[in-house]
Amino acid sequence: MSDAAQGLLVSHDLTKRFGGLLAVDSLELEARRGEILGLIGPNGSGKTTFFNVVTGIYPASAGRVLFDGEDITNLSPQAICRAGIARTFQRSRLSLSLSIFDNLMIGNHLRLNQGLWFNLVRRQAFEREFEENVARARELVKVFAPPLADRMFEAVTGFPMIDRRRIEICRALISRPKLLLLDEPSAGMTREEMTELMDDILEIKEHVEDLTIIIIEHEMGVIERVTNNCVVLNFGQKICEGTYQGVAADRLVQEAYLGIE
Amino acid sequence: MRRARSLLASLLPGLVSAAGVTVYVILLMSVESQAGVVALLAAGVLAVLAAARFGAVARVARAFAEQENYLNLMVILAVLAVTGFFYEDHFVLLMVTTVIVYVIACLGLNLQFGYSGVLNFAGAAFFGIGCYTAAVLTMNTPVPHLVVLLAGGVMAAVIGSLLILPVLRTRSHYSAVVTIAFSLLFKIFLEVNDTLGGPQGLRVAGMNVLGWEFNDDIEIGEDFEAAFYVSYAVVGLILLVLAFALVRRLERSWIGLNMDAVRLDETAAACFGLSIVRWKITAFTLGNFLIGVAGAFYAMMIGFIAPTNFTFGDSLILVSIVLLGGMGNPWGLVVATVILIIVPEKLQAIQEYRFLLFAALVILILLFRPAGLLPRQLRTYLPGWQPR
Repeated sequence: MSDAAQGLLVSHDLTKRFGGLLAVDSLELEARRGEILGLIGPNGSGKTTFFNVVTGIYPASAGRVLFDGEDITNLSPQAICRAGIARTFQRSRLSLSLSIFDNLMIGNHLRLNQGLWFNLVRRQAFEREFEENVARARELVKVFAPPLADRMFEAVTGFPMIDRRRIEICRALISRPKLLLLDEPSAGMTREEMTELMDDILEIKEHVEDLTIIIIEHEMGVIERVTNNCVVLNFGQKICEGTYQGVAADRLVQEAYLGIE
Repeated sequence: MRRARSLLASLLPGLVSAAGVTVYVILLMSVESQAGVVALLAAGVLAVLAAARFGAVARVARAFAEQENYLNLMVILAVLAVTGFFYEDHFVLLMVTTVIVYVIACLGLNLQFGYSGVLNFAGAAFFGIGCYTAAVLTMNTPVPHLVVLLAGGVMAAVIGSLLILPVLRTRSHYSAVVTIAFSLLFKIFLEVNDTLGGPQGLRVAGMNVLGWEFNDDIEIGEDFEAAFYVSYAVVGLILLVLAFALVRRLERSWIGLNMDAVRLDETAAACFGLSIVRWKITAFTLGNFLIGVAGAFYAMMIGFIAPTNFTFGDSLILVSIVLLGGMGNPWGLVVATVILIIVPEKLQAIQEYRFLLFAALVILILLFRPAGLLPRQLRTYLPGWQPR
């Protein structure tokens, strides 16, 4: 089993059952290294559940998830984060009462010294680490959300949706993941904001080497512009995969989305 | 010269308010007549409202944020001033020390649910564990009394760890139920346990540090004599400063951030590698430790403890102090404790109804000022630090 031949994230026969409901049904999915993979499908087709199973929030009912050749099925969210997967959430899950910097540092958790002695007693060392991380956070924000770089110590509550989304993406990126999962980043945005967001995503891809992205989207414009490949889900099953053009022309996909009989 | 002047200017609002509050507290403590107490309280409320109306409160808050070290020192001096002013008055000194003890205990609670969101309705039980540890150790063993303070804290933390499993397995309100059950259990356990004195309780020896007997009045020369409570007030203040510094440092570190993250969104926090279990245990254990230390100190001061001191109602008082002061703001605790302990003591008319009034106060606060009297500000990491 050579690494190059295999995708970064592979799911085999992955199934998630909630009682009688099959949210994800025997899913075979592969995200190749360095690509942006679109995950599309109608509401309730299991896209977010797939993310939640991959990141360890829900245990899988059956099947396996392989990441970078390792089996990560049913590991804890913490272990999966350590393996190099970071995500954003469908409904923004920033801590609104905290500042941008605080939120980024939550994303940066694994790189910070969490020792009790270090944090309580060695305040000089803490101060150095703090300053280093302020610089690091500012660098990242400068690239992906330049206007926010000077407002890093303001509470997130005061920022509009698009900025919050950017902060959330920065929070995921600061841990330098190998795989980034974006769950409907365009939700609640205007046309203009959506265009900006697509630019952002393409810019991330340009700036961060070897990053693989899986993106859940309802906006076909976003999918068309940013993804290399797509997987279409319906009732938890994969009904089609390929490039956007190929997928959009597929009859099954049109049925699922438009209800053509 | 100019720097000294600008420093003074930025300190001024803080200095004036600290001095004003000191004088006010001294007045309040000295007034004997009930009409006088009511008038003073009304004047105090009006003064605060007026100050808030004209922006003076905001200026004081800014001064405290900018010149933290100086103004912390001012507050310590203010407490010493009140203690010194009433050096002969047992009743007032007992009140001052009680406030100090409650603030220490509430700092512990604040770690638990102000920062980490772990509700603890067994504060009085953990306080009681500290008290009983002090009683057993001081009466039966020669353990030095400073070690007894630590032992009270450690016992509370250790017994608290029995509760950790159920607390971790439940979320928010359900962990409250676990701690309520423990609180009730604790009191019944004390009442039926004859080795711990049963319902009659236990005697506790007065504090003695390196031959300094706290329960003797202080005599200096021929004609100066101070009440023995002065010793307790001073040592209590030292403990409080240590506890306050500990909680502050914890808050202003990555650990404090972790605790906030756990409180605000466990699932998101877990997805970034935070161990929810680790930070909840840290907060719960450290919090119980502080509560236990406060209990051990209180027991040695009071000299006698019984199960009726540690009821569920007493736990509720601790919780209401944290709610009233402002969750996560240590200064809020100080203000709230002063109000909740001193006002009922001075206003005898309401003493019978104190629980009723506390309950009403908590409801009003939650309705009209849910962040408490002194709401918590944005996180800081280094005092006075400004982004460049």
